[in-house]
Amino acid sequence: MTAYVEHVKPFLRRTPFHERIEALMHGNHWMRWTGHYSPAAFESVQSEYFTIRNGASVYDISPLIKYRIAGRQAAEYVNHLITRDLSKIKPMQAFYTAWCQDDGMLVEEGTIFRFGENDFLLNAAKDQLHWLEQAAYGFEVQIEEASNDLAGLSLQGPQSRDVLRAFGINGIEHLPRFGIIELELNGRWLRIDRAGFTGDLGYELWVRPADALWLWDRLFEVGRDHKIAPIGAQALEIARIEAGFILIDLDYSSALHALRPSNRMSPYELGIGWTVNLNKPGYFVGKRALKREKEQGLSRHVLTGIEIEGRKPAPGSFLYADRAGKRELGLTTSACWSPTLKKNIAYARLPAAYAKPGTEMWIEIWYHKEHKIERSMVRCWAANRMFYDPPRKSA
Amino acid sequence: MVTIAAAGAPRSFSSFHTGLAMQQSYDAIIIGGGHNGLTCAAYLAKGGEKNGKSKLKVLVLERREKVGGAAMSEEKFPGFIYSTCSYVCSLLRPEIFRFLDLPRHGLQVIPYDINSAPNPEGEGIIYYNDHDRTRESLRRHSIRDAEAYDEYAMEISRHCRFIKRTLLMTPPDPTQINPFVQNRINPWGHREDLDGLLRIGREFGRLGERHMYDMIRFWSMSVADFLDQYFETPRWKGLAAASSIIGTALGPYSPGTAYVLLHHYMGEVDGQIGAWGFARGGMGSVSKAIAAAAEEAGVEIRVNAEVEKVIVKGGKAVGVALKSGEEVYAKAIVSNADPKRTYLKLVDKGDLDSIDPDIHRYARNYKIRGSSGKLNIALDGLPEFAGLGKEAAYGTIDIGGDFDYIERAFDDYKYGSWSKQPFLDCVIPTTVDPTMAPPGKHFMSVFVQYVPYQLAEGPWTPEMKAQYEKDVLDTIELHAPGFKKLVLHVQCRTPWDIENEVGMTEGNIFHGELTLDQLLFNRPFPGMGQYRGPFDNFYMCGSGTHPGGGVMGAPGANAAREMLKDFKRGVVQ
Repeated sequence: MTAYVEHVKPFLRRTPFHERIEALMHGNHWMRWTGHYSPAAFESVQSEYFTIRNGASVYDISPLIKYRIAGRQAAEYVNHLITRDLSKIKPMQAFYTAWCQDDGMLVEEGTIFRFGENDFLLNAAKDQLHWLEQAAYGFEVQIEEASNDLAGLSLQGPQSRDVLRAFGINGIEHLPRFGIIELELNGRWLRIDRAGFTGDLGYELWVRPADALWLWDRLFEVGRDHKIAPIGAQALEIARIEAGFILIDLDYSSALHALRPSNRMSPYELGIGWTVNLNKPGYFVGKRALKREKEQGLSRHVLTGIEIEGRKPAPGSFLYADRAGKRELGLTTSACWSPTLKKNIAYARLPAAYAKPGTEMWIEIWYHKEHKIERSMVRCWAANRMFYDPPRKSA
Repeated sequence: MVTIAAAGAPRSFSSFHTGLAMQQSYDAIIIGGGHNGLTCAAYLAKGGEKNGKSKLKVLVLERREKVGGAAMSEEKFPGFIYSTCSYVCSLLRPEIFRFLDLPRHGLQVIPYDINSAPNPEGEGIIYYNDHDRTRESLRRHSIRDAEAYDEYAMEISRHCRFIKRTLLMTPPDPTQINPFVQNRINPWGHREDLDGLLRIGREFGRLGERHMYDMIRFWSMSVADFLDQYFETPRWKGLAAASSIIGTALGPYSPGTAYVLLHHYMGEVDGQIGAWGFARGGMGSVSKAIAAAAEEAGVEIRVNAEVEKVIVKGGKAVGVALKSGEEVYAKAIVSNADPKRTYLKLVDKGDLDSIDPDIHRYARNYKIRGSSGKLNIALDGLPEFAGLGKEAAYGTIDIGGDFDYIERAFDDYKYGSWSKQPFLDCVIPTTVDPTMAPPGKHFMSVFVQYVPYQLAEGPWTPEMKAQYEKDVLDTIELHAPGFKKLVLHVQCRTPWDIENEVGMTEGNIFHGELTLDQLLFNRPFPGMGQYRGPFDNFYMCGSGTHPGGGVMGAPGANAAREMLKDFKRGVVQ
């Protein structure tokens, strides 16, 4: 490439699927994800969203940060790091968990894959190798950053299983939720796990970067009759909120990267207290603080789902106990209109007393209307954050 | 604590209003037309207008033939404008920009976003304002360092957010917690001290346990210890440490250097904390704009008017005696000179001792060691730096190495010589600014660390200076092969030259070291951290007062605010 001006140089990374995605991208709706080009949308967020809920959506997840954890004491280390009890997780299983700093504040939450007794892959959104290594002090374990070793596609939607069947993956219907299989197809190594960020039936497919374009091409070839289509992050975001998944930097800040200490949160405050097992044998990072928080009720709030009157999306909106707005309760984080549920939904940081589903509150929403910003004060009700949970997800 | 034990009764400030016996032609005289003196003058004239009161008559007296002090643009070689001393801008407070309407007076600051360290033995290190770009660049050296970078940047941001609030604030004096301590110097003491402490305490409380510990450690740590907590690549750590030794007579292993790092990060350009920019037309544009704002507000500026002595009568500062023999009187005298120059040269020892003999001792022992030199270079073209792409020339280029390289440079200095292989902070403003050199030609500013004020053998000689210049140019050549062929002209300056030209004692760019013992309410001296000097009607407004050095303007604005309070002219924010 010719450099016309010496200090202007494109520097974002391209994922192994970039060539194919770029060919479909005609509105230049790129966004950044861990320093990579990543599609925010292709043409219509709406049709991309319905591909997730109606067909088979394809989203490039190669930019995820990946850490490989192996060594004689890898299992001991992971169990020491995470809040869940690793003894319940067998090899070739993935699991969702939180990991905290010693004061019980969340470093991150995400999926860890267990391939063998002492062989793990941790997917993360934020850089933290230095911290994982600090936490590994005293363990015989190797942690390495392996982000570029794999290319991945997330195949999500009710038709995703049909696509994989057509792809030639025999027995895919027997893969349980969070199960992992590895196989050879056309002489190429392929790993499939049944997980995702949509709360729907879905899989993640991983290949070596050199085989990325083969995977993409084959998938779209066999998926043509199964309503396959690529999606961007904006469509995924709606499905994510419907499914009740939290997102770093939006619903919370990592304890390592929070500028304001008030944005550091515990698993209990984020409504993922179920990932914390205080009874698992031995110590894990943050156990003392989490135990104290649970026993003494020290959580400042809990991230709860809310359903809101009307249809104005309400991100960053204040909630009140009364219509006059005299008693402030909390603030919303993620919010959207749910096209499947036909409901206006959001997550809100609320005092525990208001988190019981059905509790009525008021919410102040500021929204754009033509060329100005208007305010409305409407009712909302606490709800289970997992707004959408179709049986096919785990069937 | 040692309060300034004034002899006799607590002093009264009524003299402002009753008037003195002798003739007074001005409300305030400011000694020194550096950027803080000008800012103070402009604030006094602009702020004093409030509440229907008549405008204050303010006079600025400048020794040299033009104002600006160390923020100066000069044509030292035909067609080339040099920023002769300070060379980049970030710390100048946005509040001052706005209050004095500096853009209307011609000031334009253009941010740049590259900072790099060349490497003659391999790949250099480069980082950008863009997070992803920096990560991409760092991971080529160490994945661990790239991963730790965010957490490090957050810690720095937290410290900046905390300290930013104190910049335009008179530093509260914690000794005033004791209700029986009498603040003899600041009539508004007590109450404001307690208010200020409460404000800072509240901010501190918001940090949360973990960050409170971090902050307390940070203020006294060495930059090496601080960076070792996060990073492993020696060259990267050396680059990150650059800001902590600039202008400081300490090495990277010396305690207290971590804070100096922060001092260079707490500035901003357009709200972007830590960003640095070039003033269009060189740093003289900053002084020029502030001077224009001051003159518009009615300030009188006299150049070629060197003040020889402050005239003190009965414990009150009443005027100044110029070198020409002329005496000028005013209700208040403000010194923009550094504390040492002020109390050891401008003020009579007898006058000081009659108030408190300790002050002379404080002034003698005030740490204001000259440690940096400067080379201003006219170039025939843009140099290329070893191990870096061409874009490196568009930002700061830090020539150095690891901690040991910098510490060795410091060792030379410690024993009375310039660093044979110095640390160099270079910028080429003409990559961005089209007004400072002919098209295709460039001006390069080279800040040299470490250079002593006096050599072990004695004062600087022309031969020594030539050798020092050669060592610097050789060091650049090593990191930018072919550089010497581009050189058209060099202006070489030692701390001694800077002192003689600008007047800053030992050429110390901060008017005194930025170590914890000389910061906040202890800057410049214990009990005198609130811009008031030991005499009645005597004030300090230079970088030797809180919040310290750099082209910030905050000391000048803060001093003016305190004076307006004493003048009962209301408060300017």
